[in-house]
Amino acid sequence: MKILAVAEQRENKFKKPAFEVVHTARKIADQTGGEAIALVIGSQIQSMAAELGGYGAHRIIAVDEPRLEKYSSTAYSKVIAEIAKKEQASVVLIAATAMGKDCAPRAAVKLDAGIGSECIALKTEGSDITATRPVYGGKALTDIKINSAIKVFTLRPNVFASGDSSENKAEVEKAEIPLAESDFSSVTVETLQASEKLDVAEADIVVSGGRGLKAAENFKMVEELANTLGGAVGASRAVVDAGWRPHSEQVGQTGKTVSPTLYIAIAISGAIQHLAGMSSSKYIVAINKDKDAPIFQAADYGIVADAFEIVPALTRELKKITGK
Amino acid sequence: MKLAVCINHVPDTAAKINISADGKNIDKTGVNFVFNPYDEYAVEECLRLKEKNGGEVIAVSLGSDANKETLRKALAMGVDKAVLLKDDSPRDSFSVARALADYLKEISPDVIFFGKQSVDSDSAVVGVMVAEMLGLPSVSVAVKLEISNGSAVVEREIEGGKEKIRTSLPAVFTAQKGLNEPRYPSLKGIMAAKSKPIEEKIPAAVQPKVDVIALRKPASKSAGKIVGTDIGAVPELVRLLHEEAKVV
Repeated sequence: MKILAVAEQRENKFKKPAFEVVHTARKIADQTGGEAIALVIGSQIQSMAAELGGYGAHRIIAVDEPRLEKYSSTAYSKVIAEIAKKEQASVVLIAATAMGKDCAPRAAVKLDAGIGSECIALKTEGSDITATRPVYGGKALTDIKINSAIKVFTLRPNVFASGDSSENKAEVEKAEIPLAESDFSSVTVETLQASEKLDVAEADIVVSGGRGLKAAENFKMVEELANTLGGAVGASRAVVDAGWRPHSEQVGQTGKTVSPTLYIAIAISGAIQHLAGMSSSKYIVAINKDKDAPIFQAADYGIVADAFEIVPALTRELKKITGK
Repeated sequence: MKLAVCINHVPDTAAKINISADGKNIDKTGVNFVFNPYDEYAVEECLRLKEKNGGEVIAVSLGSDANKETLRKALAMGVDKAVLLKDDSPRDSFSVARALADYLKEISPDVIFFGKQSVDSDSAVVGVMVAEMLGLPSVSVAVKLEISNGSAVVEREIEGGKEKIRTSLPAVFTAQKGLNEPRYPSLKGIMAAKSKPIEEKIPAAVQPKVDVIALRKPASKSAGKIVGTDIGAVPELVRLLHEEAKVV
């Protein structure tokens, strides 16, 4: 069985989900006696592609041409589908990132393949794969099997292990996929990066604030705590709807689903739609003055007290450890 | 300009989800179904495009008679026509996309809108699949859209920022929260919607490519530990995070 892992790069850098996808492909290959093939799409990416050997790729294919420098859903999905066909891959793994979620459904249609999106577990039995994915915003999980010849899975970032880079090496093979003008009917003209700010969905530590903080300016203490921990700031829906924080920070069913190692919920009561988006975090800390707040049911550690008193003290105490 | 918007009827995000006896579906008893939140942004954007450029807005929904409630709300918001692709059979993303694509091909809109995902299956793939099936470009998770001279410039949300995409038309877009502020239906709109017809069509049966083996609740955590009720608990919390959880 051949497993094609699409290793996403942006501005010629890999982010962690690329390694997670390659490492997962290798694991499936080891279990099935198959081959893990990493695919990198971009411009001038041949040398960086070699790094994927360390994460377990048996082979690395680079589709390298100037027009692929920036993301295009139409062109990237064509490259993925053409390489999958050429290599006769039976499984295609793509990270469930903004880019991956945009091009995977297209590639699936081109391959006449079923798709399981935002998977959080893949279980192999023989050549059979059962995928687990959250539904209803994380209030339920579903186990699925794909019955088409080719199977496409997108993997939720931060859930699958990326492994540590090893001594394993693989040659980078250059592949040409002929692309017509019409394959670039949608193209990225500009990337507007907000800042070097860590995205709440990618962060290992998330500090979120809720309506109990009373005003937008009181998020300063949430930011300070997040900075001390090297984490990202999140927000509840109430706070985003009130315009205190941007929607990109919203955690919950109509925001982002996060599964960091540590999630600190400050003055968040824990509405069901919020819990759905963060309850898969490894450790949850709740700080709320209402002892009956549902957030305490989801938390590993709780402090029942006023956030305005606790949070600055917590930041000070943590600084002793982090040295920041 | 012909605008189509695909909308879904889903459990309210405030609803508790229970599993039905067959272990593969949700128990719908007592569950309130609503307009899929992201689809409201999609409808609003189509209405604004129509107000600016003229034309008509057609709302399409695939599902049972229950979906008529959401189609009615779309009519009340101001869409011109509502179409129910009536089908009760279980479908996966692929077969949903196929049914919608078959219908959309018949009416060939200039702009097709979806919400970025349905908050039931959370797959976030149908809109883009429909685009591919129709041979059209697409931009998903749109937070800003400008259309002029047969092309569109769209901002979509990415990790830690946005990217600006240029695409030719016709095209498919999926709406993210923040794209606009959806209007409330006016009383006049609500009254008018009551008498507007909802066209019904039967989509072709399509074999799903994904089989559901089980639907289950995530393992519930045992309630955690209350470390304390005042500022004195802070050093102990830090110790637990550092020594027990080893996360800081």
